[in-house]
Amino acid sequence: MGKFFAITILVIAILSAIPIVMHTWEAPTDISTHGHLIDEQMSETMAEAGISFLAAQFLLAFFVWQFSNRGTETKLKSFPGGAKALVIAALLVVGVEVLALGVFGVKAWADVYLTPPSADAMPIQVQAGQFAFYFRYPGPDGKFGPLHPERINEGSQEFFGLDKEHDVDSRDDIVTAEMAVPVNKEIHLLMHAKDVGHSFFVRELRVQQDFVPGLDVSLHFTATKVGRYEIVCTQLCGLGHYNMRAYLDVLSNDDFNEWMKKETAMQ
Amino acid sequence: MATTVHNPPHLDPRRAPGHGNGGGGNLVPADGDGRLALDYSPPPSSTAIWVVLFAISMMFAAFTSALVVRKGSSMDWRTFKLPSILFFNTLVLFASSVTLEVSRRRIASFMGHIQEHIKSPARWLYVTLCLGVLFVVGQYVAWSQLRAEGLYLATNPSSSFFYVLTVTHALHVLGGLGGLVYVIRKLGKASLRRSTLDATARYWHFMDLLWLYLLLLLWVKL
Amino acid sequence: MHDTSAQAVQHHAPTSFIRKHVFSLDHKVIGKQYYALALAAALIGMVLSWIMRIHLGWTNAAIPGLQTLSPNGAPGGVLTPEYYLQLMTMHGTIMVFFVLTTAPFAAFGNYFLPIQVGAEDMPFPRFNMMSFWVTFVAFFVLVSSFFLGDGPTLGGWTQYAPLNAIGSSTGPGQGLGVVLWMTSIALFCIGQLLGSLNFITTTLDLRVRGMSLMRLPLSAWAWFITSCMGLTAFSVLMPACILVILDHVAGTSFFVASGLVLNDQVVPHSGGSTLLWQHLFWFFGHPEVYIAIVPGIGIVSHILIANMRKQMLSQRVLIYCMGALAVLSYMVYGHHMFVSGMNPISALAFSFPTLVITIPATITVLIWVFSLYGSRLRINSASLFALGFISMFVSGGVSGFFLAQPSIDIMLHATTFVVGHFHMVMGVAAMFGIFAGTYFWFPKMSGRMMNETLGKVHFWLSFVGTYCIFMPFHYLGLVGNIRRYATFADDFLQPLIPVHRLITIAALITGAAQLVFVYNLIHSRFWGKPAPDNPWEATSLEWSTATPPPWDNFGGKHPVVYHDPYQYGVQSSVGDYVMQASPEQVKTDHEEK
Repeated sequence: MGKFFAITILVIAILSAIPIVMHTWEAPTDISTHGHLIDEQMSETMAEAGISFLAAQFLLAFFVWQFSNRGTETKLKSFPGGAKALVIAALLVVGVEVLALGVFGVKAWADVYLTPPSADAMPIQVQAGQFAFYFRYPGPDGKFGPLHPERINEGSQEFFGLDKEHDVDSRDDIVTAEMAVPVNKEIHLLMHAKDVGHSFFVRELRVQQDFVPGLDVSLHFTATKVGRYEIVCTQLCGLGHYNMRAYLDVLSNDDFNEWMKKETAMQ
Repeated sequence: MATTVHNPPHLDPRRAPGHGNGGGGNLVPADGDGRLALDYSPPPSSTAIWVVLFAISMMFAAFTSALVVRKGSSMDWRTFKLPSILFFNTLVLFASSVTLEVSRRRIASFMGHIQEHIKSPARWLYVTLCLGVLFVVGQYVAWSQLRAEGLYLATNPSSSFFYVLTVTHALHVLGGLGGLVYVIRKLGKASLRRSTLDATARYWHFMDLLWLYLLLLLWVKL
Repeated sequence: MHDTSAQAVQHHAPTSFIRKHVFSLDHKVIGKQYYALALAAALIGMVLSWIMRIHLGWTNAAIPGLQTLSPNGAPGGVLTPEYYLQLMTMHGTIMVFFVLTTAPFAAFGNYFLPIQVGAEDMPFPRFNMMSFWVTFVAFFVLVSSFFLGDGPTLGGWTQYAPLNAIGSSTGPGQGLGVVLWMTSIALFCIGQLLGSLNFITTTLDLRVRGMSLMRLPLSAWAWFITSCMGLTAFSVLMPACILVILDHVAGTSFFVASGLVLNDQVVPHSGGSTLLWQHLFWFFGHPEVYIAIVPGIGIVSHILIANMRKQMLSQRVLIYCMGALAVLSYMVYGHHMFVSGMNPISALAFSFPTLVITIPATITVLIWVFSLYGSRLRINSASLFALGFISMFVSGGVSGFFLAQPSIDIMLHATTFVVGHFHMVMGVAAMFGIFAGTYFWFPKMSGRMMNETLGKVHFWLSFVGTYCIFMPFHYLGLVGNIRRYATFADDFLQPLIPVHRLITIAALITGAAQLVFVYNLIHSRFWGKPAPDNPWEATSLEWSTATPPPWDNFGGKHPVVYHDPYQYGVQSSVGDYVMQASPEQVKTDHEEK
């Protein structure tokens, strides 16, 4: 039965590797400027993880095949080098490997999170609340009016709690249910949580960030391909979590201006 | 409730020199490796009390970090003046530590046959007990004083933490009082182990130190 | 009675039924009680997973009988999205706390640690008994939330703020359901702290003559290290739970920020910190998963050695690795929070220890695998599960390479990749550790052998089955399948539903295989072949006492330890091994330390 175990492990290991090698399921096309760093990091890690996985399973299978159910008269042997060799191998091979991954991965992370948005990035505010995303553009004055939580009223479509009467800056703010951005334009996304924790994830854009109630966090990104992409909520926020989504429309400059005119008219 | 004890309680044989509690003890093992003979295990109560004190410390560390984070996360923290009775309570608790130490040494010398006979070995334990109760009563007075000023558990995050920290501490002090009662009973039945006495004392002194830490924390942060 | 036993023997042999089987001070009975609790919990948790999996594969499937348990949650037996989340929350909570902490640590540890050190019982049997009953009450409190009008909490076993603190306006089960959850877990923490107290003092203070620390079996070391972790972790989770309860019932605002709006009403709490809960929870939560796996590492090592008839290449290194895992586990917790909004530099600070923790894990696996070289490996149910543990630990651990890196976590956070990762290490590897321990120690605990054929059937179905269930989760996660979704409504998720259906089928078959195990347990308990004192020809102290051990473990005689724990491959009067308690001098190939 030891040999059967060895074969089973081998089969499982190889079958597990097949979908990866065949690229059966992969992240969709990258439409961001920083995403290639993440994708490269992912490939590197996949290669190293894959090799480690296969090597460990093969060794386990091999030794179980060789040394199971041997007669009681067979002599015991000890792996030459003993534990010391293994510790050194682990430190050198795995230690260096994972630290290299860590070090090289810093740039991908820093590009997204440790660089400030450029001065001419377009600010858009996104508010996440049970169970929808709403977006706000600052309008021609470039300023967002203040939020008044007590004025929020979903029934009358006052999603942000703006007071257009008393707050001058709010008057030209544009509230939408979809986020449109011009292609190749850096966006500065200001994230506001209305009620509980949510998260913003666009696979193609290679961004994911939690909304933190009480803390206004922000992201910046640049979309490089025109298209319609899904924004999904990835932090458990209640019964409608599975259904909480919005759409990101990456448009050409002209189309974006058209869209903006239409949305302004609908306010 | 005996107040005189005619026979000294058992001396824990493991505390006497030359005895091991296991580990290597004084056994020379089969392969002649002398290192094993060095292993000495203390009585479980003394290890246990360190384990308990560590867990309690971790809990108050968690509360401390919650306080620090909460204070920094919003502008709504309102400081207030600590009720003055707290300083009196601190002295009471400190005094109880002193009386407990006095009591512990007297009983230890009695158990160790250094003194053959002492009058009322439990007397100072009773004093400690009374001071401990006085401390808890004093804390209750402090809470009443705060309530009189309109500061309740939910009034402000600062008052929330005040109550959470002082109530949790007081509950642990009550536990310590329970331990003291247990020691007094065991002493009365002449079945008190030295290690139990020491462990209980250690717990009590820790409550004192913990209180000093909490007082400092509240005084600085509130 | 020997003097050194005076401290340990706090009680005499019990006579009444209640004292023998219900409120028992005997660590062995307490261990079995914990095992029974874990078994019941595992069965409930498994049934919950079946319901979840059926719903994910077939959204409108009616599960017969569910409408009786919750007419609101599952009208006509079809799960509402909230009820899916509620069942999911209970599944995770029950499995992590009441199975994976309870069985490998509390059940086997309570039973065998005192015996393996040579003691008659733990030093504080009353606290030990309390620890079980407090845990039992905690379980009862948790399960009672199923019977609330709006059901148990739906916030996941991680119970993030402010969803956990605002109250019922955030969803069904978020009022009293959360309070019951928090109460249950706070009680659980107290129970485990009482347990850790006993484990630590037993290991340090009750070792019998000749049993130095380095002569302890690896399972004893694992339980000791785990209890140290528990001491630090549970004492942080408990205050956090208390603060949440206060936010619910006392109007405080530890975790709820200002200006939040639900159902067009401004939430009355203000000023609280959302991330504070995550820091407190994960400071506990990461060590918790090591609490779930380290006993398995010790148990698997212990079982493999007996079945290889050979020591590990280095016992000392394995101990250091377990210790390293324990220490590092406190430094990595922020890897659960990379995209949480915490300072992105902290993310890098947590990422490096997370990568470094790969090293002791790798060394452990390498030592196991290369110790197999040159061994005389015996294949039986226990050793199969131990070997399966190694395979699963590798598979689950390797996906950790990805999640340890913040940049990659951007794509994998909150996807089923994470779900695959933790199920492989916890849901499978740690469970395999429990199974291995059961097959190995059942004879000693019950006096009867388990059925080997059924054991092997259980193994094969479970080993292949769990790979079929959890490997696909990784692929789904790579393509962006989000976790904790009750239904797959998004366009990009539709093509993945067939994969989910295959997973469900694998899960149901694997689940059925567990019933083979349960049958084997029950049948063998009453009708199994009587077991000899040392059926595996093993060396540690539990095998030198009667089967099952008498109430004081060694029948009034104290063993004296003469040897290291794993003297195999020697020539002695009994065979190729010498027992720890045997005074026989033998020639060994390996240096005794």
